[in-house]
Amino acid sequence: MLIAVLLGFIFAISILVIGKFVKGKQSWLSTLIPLSLLAYFLSFIPQISKGEIIQQTYSWIPSFNVELSFQLDGLSLLFSLMITGIGTLVFAYTSAYLKGHEFLDRFYAYLSMFMGAMLGLVLSDNLISMFVFWELTSISSFYLIGFNNSSLASRKSALTALGITGMGGLLFLGGAVLLGELAGTFQISEMIGLADEITSSSSYVLIAVLFFGAAFSKSAQFPFHFWLPGAMKAPTPVSTYLHSATMVKAGIFLLLRFTPILGNTELWHSTLIIVGGVTMLYAAIHIIFRTDLKGILAYSTISALGILVFLIGLGTQEALIACLVFIIVHALYKASLFLITGIIDHETGTRDITQLAGLKKVLMPVAIAGFLAALISGGVPPTFGFIGKDLIYEAGLNWGSYTWILVGGALLTKILLYYAGFVAGVKPFVGQLPTKFENVHLPEKRLWIPPLVLVSLGVVLGFVPHLAETALIAPGIEVLMTSTETFHLKLWHGFNTALILSVITIAVGTLLYFVLIPSHKKERFIERFEVISPKNIVLKITEGFTVFSTLWTNFFQNGFLRHYVATIIGFLSLVLGYIIFTNFDLSLDYSSFSDLTVYEVAIVLMMITAILFTVFSRSRLAAVASMGIVGFAFCLLFLFYSAPDLAMTQFSVDTLTVILFVLVLYRLPKYLKMSKNVLRIEHGVLSIIFGALMTILVLKVLQEPVNAEITDYYAQNAYLLAKGKNVVNVILVDFRGIDTLIETCVLIVAALGVFGLLKLRLKTRDKK
Amino acid sequence: MEILLAITTGILYAAGIYMILRRSMVKLILGLILLGNGVNLLIFLLGRITKGKPPIIPEETKVFEDLFADPVPQALILTAIVISFGLQSFAIILVKRAYKVLKTDDLDQLNTTDEDS
Amino acid sequence: MKTIILRTASDFLLPVLLLFSVFILLRGHYLPGGGFIGGLVASIAFVLDAFANGLENTKKLLKLHPGFLMPFGLTLSVLAAISPIFFGGQPIMTGLWAEDPIPVIGSIGSALFFDIGVYLIVIGASLTIIFTISESA
Repeated sequence: MLIAVLLGFIFAISILVIGKFVKGKQSWLSTLIPLSLLAYFLSFIPQISKGEIIQQTYSWIPSFNVELSFQLDGLSLLFSLMITGIGTLVFAYTSAYLKGHEFLDRFYAYLSMFMGAMLGLVLSDNLISMFVFWELTSISSFYLIGFNNSSLASRKSALTALGITGMGGLLFLGGAVLLGELAGTFQISEMIGLADEITSSSSYVLIAVLFFGAAFSKSAQFPFHFWLPGAMKAPTPVSTYLHSATMVKAGIFLLLRFTPILGNTELWHSTLIIVGGVTMLYAAIHIIFRTDLKGILAYSTISALGILVFLIGLGTQEALIACLVFIIVHALYKASLFLITGIIDHETGTRDITQLAGLKKVLMPVAIAGFLAALISGGVPPTFGFIGKDLIYEAGLNWGSYTWILVGGALLTKILLYYAGFVAGVKPFVGQLPTKFENVHLPEKRLWIPPLVLVSLGVVLGFVPHLAETALIAPGIEVLMTSTETFHLKLWHGFNTALILSVITIAVGTLLYFVLIPSHKKERFIERFEVISPKNIVLKITEGFTVFSTLWTNFFQNGFLRHYVATIIGFLSLVLGYIIFTNFDLSLDYSSFSDLTVYEVAIVLMMITAILFTVFSRSRLAAVASMGIVGFAFCLLFLFYSAPDLAMTQFSVDTLTVILFVLVLYRLPKYLKMSKNVLRIEHGVLSIIFGALMTILVLKVLQEPVNAEITDYYAQNAYLLAKGKNVVNVILVDFRGIDTLIETCVLIVAALGVFGLLKLRLKTRDKK
Repeated sequence: MEILLAITTGILYAAGIYMILRRSMVKLILGLILLGNGVNLLIFLLGRITKGKPPIIPEETKVFEDLFADPVPQALILTAIVISFGLQSFAIILVKRAYKVLKTDDLDQLNTTDEDS
Repeated sequence: MKTIILRTASDFLLPVLLLFSVFILLRGHYLPGGGFIGGLVASIAFVLDAFANGLENTKKLLKLHPGFLMPFGLTLSVLAAISPIFFGGQPIMTGLWAEDPIPVIGSIGSALFFDIGVYLIVIGASLTIIFTISESA
């Protein structure tokens, strides 16, 4: 199974080598990759439908309990088949759609990377590896949305999508770590047994909210939905694959996967019902005002995702069955509608629904596919879509409280989705063919066969729902529910409320299709409300950030070295001062200090005088000379306090430094008083404050007990292990020899730098 | 005695920072050296001061039997002194070179790009 | 600064200081001293000679540019550091020691060669810096 997941990545990397081949005429051969994966996953159906769960574990980062463990059960099989199945069609479609495109190889690389990531996501049984794959899908989606990277709008949409889904990813990580800590394991399959402890723990609310954030941002729920319409800037195969059939379902998958673990609470149900409900209505209403085919499909996708979230929120067995069925239905019809839109766009050059009409004359097979897709989408019997819609109404009706609000919302949404399906799938093909489209001709088979395959599957499953039931739905439900009742998917449920609702849906939807004609006027109308849309608010916030950070940067990064240093020191003084004066008592234990002797006091006074002289002297030479005195005073101090090595080193270095200064000083400019007096005083005060704080800090540290562990080790072992008696030197050349080696390298670099600066002429400048 | 040394550390820090904040490049280097000395003294003090007991194992024994000065800060400071020698010489040459090219010692003149100067 | 006294004195001072620096280097493992200090003392000796006799004469005396001491010293240090790998596959920086101490120098071991490397690097680096500066000053 690892190979199955990695195959996409391997192919993506191998594009580097075989890119030319993939780009050429044989590009359709890349379809073999998802196709073989599809066959591989299909071969598991008999096992899975018997209720088996297949697990495989590969150790990845054992020290962090992170494993690549994969679990294939009903739920992941359903998603895997969807990913590889639609993947196969999209790969084939792409080879014709982007034929001869300059970056076709790159496109395939992103696409197969996404496929691998998505498979990894749905198969992962480990939260951390799931997170990694989750992020990989966001990243590959970023590249695919921004595929037309010469267009500003594309790049902007890609960034928005990455921003939103990336934020969701962070929330996911937070939730995953919290949950893993709480459960003591990162294996999802092991968490199911702990469900009660998890839901009753105090951090449950936080975990649930984090997972909600992750799922809602990925699955484009209100108010994070706005990245999805933007993502339609991607080439159509991408919209088909990522933004309707698979990636946006990742959030749904996450919610489904954690239903048995987190799902049994009031918070879970009510949040999902409300968010899902708002999203499905909000997006469905938006459909009416769109004229771009892809825009219509984008909003209807958001709305469908809302329905899915809503169903998970209901959480009854009926609702979850409806959810699984609707996932399949939606993948089938939405993917085909997108593919059809792609063909129309490819052949006529426009996606504007107000201009498209009568295309059935020239694109007959496509028109058939469109019509069937619209039927499935509208839930017209005997398609699979009808079963899906029926189940949704049933689930709503049987939930108990607030039935009519829930069912009313669902009904309105379904009516509008019916409308959307017909506008996208039927409208472009009927009516009078405009003269400008008369030259349109049927494209090659690789373009129109995939949507036909999908819709025929949708129709066939309507007649034999039992196929999907045993293979996918039943094993899927077993994963989601602790106890399941037997059920059967069927077209005919008898005369009941759900059937009446279905009839209403179809009737009102058809009516709407004839009454509501999409027009630019309506689109302009809705644009007026753009100001208060979540998208605009988020954009305004990000703009605000940019403005703020520009101001902030300009204030602090003004290009004056002094200013930086002063800011840093000032801030440091504030923090240091705050900590010292709030956390410590400032009394000192004088008994721990050693006595003053005349010699030491004399040396220190000499040093202080020399320092002051260095600072205030008007003459450079005098300043350098007093610097030397500071150094020699240090030398004496080291000698007093048992550091002969230091004294010798300081002495030699000080001599050399003074010689250096004197050698260079001729060429250096005279001291000038450059700063203003106010600034000098300001800096003086700042320096004195910082110096005083350092003094206090040193005194406080001296009051603390010494940790002499390292010292003792070195001292005890200097002779025994390293055969040396001068411990300082033993540390330098033996215990910490590598450090010394690197320090000598630093010295060499400095010497080479000096040599280079002086010996090598700065040629460009000299020529001037 | 520690109090006096702690005050000296403070003075070295204050003097070093004051010099770094000046506009002259020569003063900047002097400030760096003073600050470096301050840091050395700080590290030295953290190892506590011990008089007349260098960290050298006596001739006749194999381990210490008496109190001794902490060798770890000493080793740190020893390398710090040598490294800062390298740093100082590099800084001095940099200033010299910059002065030769730009004919100014004023740091505020340096914050323009090549095109403007 | 080319006074007769200094010039005369430096003729003796150079060998004496160099000898002293080697002495400091070698005794570093037992008494105050070591490669850093020894190297600095040796470079002071050369700088003093350069003051007294002129830079050109000192360079002639050295025959080689002091910069060449740096790679040489670094190689020696690295070899000393990794030598334990070749003697029985011990981790690097393991101290290797000859069985019997040699008079005057004391025990010979990899640490000593490491220190000699440091000594050469310090001489090379500081003399390169100072000679370069005095040449262009």
